[in-house]
Amino acid sequence: MTSRTRPLSPHLQVYRLPMLALMSITHRATGVVLAIGSLLLAFWLAAAAYGPDAYAFAAALIGSPIGYLVLLGFTVALYYHLFNGIRHLVWDAGWGFEIPQAYKSGYIVLVATAALTVLTWAIGLSI
Amino acid sequence: MSLRTTLGHIRGHGSAKTGTTQGALQRLTAMALVPLTLWLVISIVAHVGSSYEHMHAWLSSPWTVSLMLLLLFTGMVHAQLGLQMVLDDYVHGKCIKSVSVIAVKFATALVGVYAAVSVLRAAFVGV
Repeated sequence: MTSRTRPLSPHLQVYRLPMLALMSITHRATGVVLAIGSLLLAFWLAAAAYGPDAYAFAAALIGSPIGYLVLLGFTVALYYHLFNGIRHLVWDAGWGFEIPQAYKSGYIVLVATAALTVLTWAIGLSI
Repeated sequence: MSLRTTLGHIRGHGSAKTGTTQGALQRLTAMALVPLTLWLVISIVAHVGSSYEHMHAWLSSPWTVSLMLLLLFTGMVHAQLGLQMVLDDYVHGKCIKSVSVIAVKFATALVGVYAAVSVLRAAFVGV
């Protein structure tokens, strides 16, 4: 088999993914994270349904350092998926397909995600 | 056993006319989830550190119950469609694909119903 010695095209992992490709895969990843995060929402609602003791337990768990870290992760995932989702809806409406526009809207999503995450936690922690 | 090809079997019947159903539903639920998630985040931030009684009163109001049920329903439909899309793209092999897609449908339905019943119990059964 002479074909064995011929060069192979590089695998996906060899490339440095462009920003738009990274943002695309991140949308999927955050979507999966949020689907898992729905378990936390269900747990919190169930705790509220079971009564004050169960609610106090859930609140203590969510209010622990690890709980806060998980909540911070979900906040970032939620804002990213929300803003990038709006970007996708705008694309679906037929607007913003040019590559410079796609980069611009991508940066808007990233800045909005960071800004709203900081704002949400600043307000939440100051209450 | 028929000797006709699969193409021969379906030719002339036209399309199934359901090709865009999942994509359209994904976008419809996305539009509904934009205001619903913003409402959830604002509500949670506004209730940081609230007592159980305060939280329970909020959770029992007709507006909260309505919006929470809508959020859970559209959210879990959106999650199911998104997770299925990821599985359809990355999981190869007919059997494991079918099993994982069915598992996702069952799991999202269970989480959604469990959370919804919790909301209703908290609202109607009382502390």
